[in-house]
Amino acid sequence: MTEYLVGPESDIAEGGRKVVACGETEIGIFRVKGELLAWHNSCPHRQGPICQGRIYPRVVEPLDERGEVRTLAYDETTQHLVCPWHGYEFNLQTGRGQGGRGSLRRARLKLEEGQIYVLL
Amino acid sequence: MDAFAKPRASELPVQEIDVFTDTRDILDHANRAARKRKLDDWLVCDIDAHHVETVSWHELVEYIEDPVIRHQAMLYQQEKLGGAPYGLNGDMGLKYQDVGGRISHQAGLREKVDDTSVHRDVTLTRRAMQSLGVDYMVLFPTPMLTLGLHPQPEMEVWLGRAYNRWLIDRVLTQDDRIKTLAYLPFNVPSEAERTIEEFSGKPGVIGFCVPSTRHKPVHHNDYMRAYAMLEERGLPIAFHAAYHWQDPSLSTINRFLGMHALGFVWCNMVHMTNWILNGIPERFPRLKSIWVESGLAWVPFLMQRLDDQYLMRPSEAPHLKRMPSDYMREHCWYTTQPMETTNMKALQLTLEMINAETQLLYASDWPHFDFDLPQEIFDLPFLTEQAKRNILGLNAARIFNLDPTPRKTL
Ligand code: FES
Repeated sequence: MTEYLVGPESDIAEGGRKVVACGETEIGIFRVKGELLAWHNSCPHRQGPICQGRIYPRVVEPLDERGEVRTLAYDETTQHLVCPWHGYEFNLQTGRGQGGRGSLRRARLKLEEGQIYVLL
Repeated sequence: MDAFAKPRASELPVQEIDVFTDTRDILDHANRAARKRKLDDWLVCDIDAHHVETVSWHELVEYIEDPVIRHQAMLYQQEKLGGAPYGLNGDMGLKYQDVGGRISHQAGLREKVDDTSVHRDVTLTRRAMQSLGVDYMVLFPTPMLTLGLHPQPEMEVWLGRAYNRWLIDRVLTQDDRIKTLAYLPFNVPSEAERTIEEFSGKPGVIGFCVPSTRHKPVHHNDYMRAYAMLEERGLPIAFHAAYHWQDPSLSTINRFLGMHALGFVWCNMVHMTNWILNGIPERFPRLKSIWVESGLAWVPFLMQRLDDQYLMRPSEAPHLKRMPSDYMREHCWYTTQPMETTNMKALQLTLEMINAETQLLYASDWPHFDFDLPQEIFDLPFLTEQAKRNILGLNAARIFNLDPTPRKTL
C-alpha cells in the first residue's frame, strides 16, 4: 500500500474539495458535514471525471395531503455529486447512484498530524 | 513519520469542470480510454458531432445570397438588442439541455482558443477529435435543426445555403478531417435539388442532411428528382433527428427528459414509415439513407410493427417486394448515438436485427449531454473485432468513400 500526501486538512473547507492524482490514480476528497471522504475520480457509467462535477442538493418534489404537487425543492440534507459528462448523480456521502445503477468507488484516507493522506 | 518522505499527490489543474474548461481537460479520461484500447490503430469515423453555429451567426449571415435579406440580417445582427439570432425559429427545449448547469459542455464551450490561424470551430473540433480518438468528424449545426418548422420556407433556403457556404469556406477547407452532410432546404424541393447540384463535390461535403423536424411527406413526388440526383452521385441522404415541443403530439409532456426521449425518435419513425411503405428503397435501390441521432431501440420496434401490419395489408404498400424490415436492414444505415445500453440483451438483439456489422456507424454527438465514446462499441462483449472495426469506422469509410487509413494522433 502506498500513502500519498495530499496536504493539510484545513485546505478543504465544508462543501469544498480537492481532486488529486496519486500516480496514475485520480482521487477526489470532499468535506461533507464536517467529515472528509474520498472517491475515485471515475464514474461507473463511462469512467468520466465524476469528482470534477458540480455538487447539487438532491431534487425532490413534495406531495401535499391530496397527492398533488406544486413546486420542486432541494433536499439540503442530501448532497449529490453530478458527473459532468452525462449527468449521473451520486450521493456524495454514500456514493450510491440515483437510479440504482452503480456506485462510486471509495478511496481510503488517513489523517495524521493535520495532514491528509490517500492510501492506495 | 516525516510527511515529506511520502509521495505527494498532485492537484489536478481543473478542480471543477465548467463552461470555460478546455475540451481536452473535459475529455481527458476519454483520451486515456482511447489510448488504453490502442485506438490509434483503428479507423474511427464520428458521423454525428455538433458545433454551435449561432456563435458565428454574424459571419454566417454575410453568406446569405439574397442581397436584401443579407443586408437586413447583417443590420439585425449588428443592431438588434434582445432578439434570437436572425431568422431562427428556435426551440424552448434548448434551455434545458444542460440539466440546469449540471453538464457544462452542453451549455457551451467557452474555452480559450489562442490559435487565430483557423476558425475557432476548427480548433474546437480538432480538440474533440484528438480527445475522443476520432479520425474523421462529421459536423452538424445545432439550433438550425428546427429550421424545417419555420413559417417561411424561404428562410430555410436562405439560411441553409448560407450555412453550407460559410461552413465550407471557414471550417471545412481548413481541415480535411472535418466533414459535413450539407444542409438540404427540404421544404422547397426545387431548392433542395439546386443545393445538391451546387454543393456536391465541394470540400468536406460527403452527403446531404434533412433535419427531420418538419411536416413534409418524404415520399411526395416532388422529392423524387432529388433522390435520383443523390443516387446518381452516390451520395447518402441523412435524416438528422431533433425535437420540438410545439409538436401537438408531445404537448402534454412536462419534462424535458420525456420530450427528448420521444421527440428525437418520433420524427424519424414517421419519416421511416413513409420511406419504407412508399417503396423509396425499391425506387432508388442504390440510394443510401442514414438515420441519425435517434438511438437504436426504436428500430426493432418499428421493424416488427411494420412487418406485422404489412402482412395483413400488403395492398396498401404495393411497391414492396419484401418485408419492411428487409429494407430497413439492407437499404438503411443507422448512427449509434445515443445507444441505449441498460439492457445488453436487448442491445445485442437490436444489433443483430439491423445487421450492425454493415449498417451501423459510430457517432459521438459531442458536445451534447448524451454523447457516446468509441469505447462503447469497442467494449461490447458480443461483437467480433471485425464488426467493431466496421462500426467504428470502416462502414463509414465504405459509404462515404473515405480513405480507411487512420490519421489521428492520440
Ligand atoms: S461517465 Fe459519468 S455520467 Fe457518464
